[in-house]
Amino acid sequence: MSRLKARRPDPTKIFDNIHDDMAPVEAIQRRDEMENASAMAQTEMAQSGTVIERLDPSEPGGSERMIINMGPQHPSTHGVLRLVLELDGETVVKAEPVIGYLHTGMEKTMQSKMYQQSIVVTDRFDYTNSMGNNLVYVLAVEKLLGAEIPERAQALRVIVAELQRISAHLVWLATHALDLGAMTVYFYCFREREMILDMFDMICGARLTYSYMRVGGLVADAPPEFFEALQEFLKIIDARIDEYAYLLSSNEIFVGRTQGIGALTQEEIIDLGVSGPVARASGIDWDLRKSNPYSGYDKYEFDVPIGSNGDVYDRYLVRIEEMHQSAHIVRQALATLPEGPIRCADRKISLPPREELATSMEAVIHHFKLITEGFHPPKNQQVYQAVEAPKGELGCFIASDGSNKPYRCHWRGASFVNLQSLPPMLEGRLVADTVAIIGSIDIVLGEVDR
Amino acid sequence: MVSDSITGPNPTMYTVPRESSGAYTKTPEQAEAAVERLQAQFPDIFFEVRRFRDEVTVFVPREHIVEVCTFCKTAEGMNYNYLSDLTGNDWPDRDPRFEVIYNLYSLKHFTYLRLIVRVPEDDTKLSTVTGVWRTANWHEREVSEMFGITFEGHPDLRHLLLPEDWNGFPLRQDYEIGFEEPEFTVRKINRNYAKG
Repeated sequence: MSRLKARRPDPTKIFDNIHDDMAPVEAIQRRDEMENASAMAQTEMAQSGTVIERLDPSEPGGSERMIINMGPQHPSTHGVLRLVLELDGETVVKAEPVIGYLHTGMEKTMQSKMYQQSIVVTDRFDYTNSMGNNLVYVLAVEKLLGAEIPERAQALRVIVAELQRISAHLVWLATHALDLGAMTVYFYCFREREMILDMFDMICGARLTYSYMRVGGLVADAPPEFFEALQEFLKIIDARIDEYAYLLSSNEIFVGRTQGIGALTQEEIIDLGVSGPVARASGIDWDLRKSNPYSGYDKYEFDVPIGSNGDVYDRYLVRIEEMHQSAHIVRQALATLPEGPIRCADRKISLPPREELATSMEAVIHHFKLITEGFHPPKNQQVYQAVEAPKGELGCFIASDGSNKPYRCHWRGASFVNLQSLPPMLEGRLVADTVAIIGSIDIVLGEVDR
Repeated sequence: MVSDSITGPNPTMYTVPRESSGAYTKTPEQAEAAVERLQAQFPDIFFEVRRFRDEVTVFVPREHIVEVCTFCKTAEGMNYNYLSDLTGNDWPDRDPRFEVIYNLYSLKHFTYLRLIVRVPEDDTKLSTVTGVWRTANWHEREVSEMFGITFEGHPDLRHLLLPEDWNGFPLRQDYEIGFEEPEFTVRKINRNYAKG
């Protein structure tokens, strides 16, 4: 190992890095500095919400106002969201979300990998919607390449994407109800989600990070036991969703804590860029599956539920109805599922079938080139592909420089954009409503921080 | 199992469009018409237009981005009222090195229109569009910390995703992926060594 390399800290050994250039004296001095921090620094810390401080009542507008910190370990912030709340009694005067605790530079990671390799990274953005993330990424790359996808692959993509939507909404319903004190729903919802995870286990061998889709198709066809389990699931799911709705829709506590709370007008929705069920609850008739169909969604009949008040309760109703509609789409896709290949015929972007490798030299060459080098999309072009994820508009922007890696890959996460609507919804409400409102946006911090 | 008396949500609470009003039929011509409208509105500006797979990209000069965005949002017949996405890109070999990419969407006719502003390396300043859409706030903060582009007039340009004391702009192409530096050690961290 060269001397230069030896001097650089080893990222895998955190504690070894401390030894040589850290003098103990320096550490003690640093600690003393921290302890003797001036009053001004303490005020600064209060501003950023690290300590609870009661503002001086004699100052104008400063009566009984407290700046407190909610999160990043608060259970109802659904991850590592931190909120700096300025409170007047129990009323939120000002709220500021602080994010970035989970930032790992996944866009940069994707730019350093070949196109096919990045599919694994997309699983980790919104981990309740891995199939949808796979879908938007492969659709974007396929748009860049201009690939034609076989019908069966498209139908299977729709089936898994809609199952994933049900699963994601079940997680949302479970945690949202739990936040508001309804614990029973939590266990029920996870029971049905477990069935979906088992089905995904059958088709791709993973329960959370699937990587089921490939550029040009799917990794494998669904096995027969998947269809059996799916039929069983479709028999029960509608009645089960009705059961949860029965538990909550007219529950006095649930209704009292959700109706008329956190309402957004249509103008605010457009101004804040909110999408998905939150936008539809305010009456905006926009679903990307209808408006900009992809993967053959235009072949299926389904309704887009629209709310009227835009409050937390309407968002709940919209999501409940979306689960019914998703089950409806899965039934149609299953009934009309065509036979045929699950990968496109273009061997420049899609791996040849395994059995061809034993007989065809050409297939071996294609296989080798694709695995070692990947493919080269058109040079200096950029595409933006959006799909309707459970959280809203999920977009993937890819710019290509003609190499086998995405030159720029940007992830437009619905959670990231929707989270910005939190301060306008919170301000003027009680602290207890904060929990209901955060739950109603349905954020996943993996997608917010990326 | 569920009995018959159990009902779903009250059907009067939401309205379900059984028949779509035809508004969902997407026509790419609408983006083309918008470009023509834009060129007619600003005759002094040269808009470079590129088309790729039904996507229309318009290159907007840096000084005019706010008025173009305002026009796209508010003008009669334009209807690009929704800022779907805002991001940046870095081309170190090109002369205006940076690009800021605005993805507009129309909630009237459901089409996308992409605006791109080129920003030179020696003067990385750009007017903010937070006055047009509030959603641009976090997007611009992210572009600012990742690419080092300053959005003039932005209400709050602190770091959003990165730690407050982070040096360097990670999504620039010359920022190498080195290794993960150990956070939260007592040792003073020189955050620039990822570049060396």
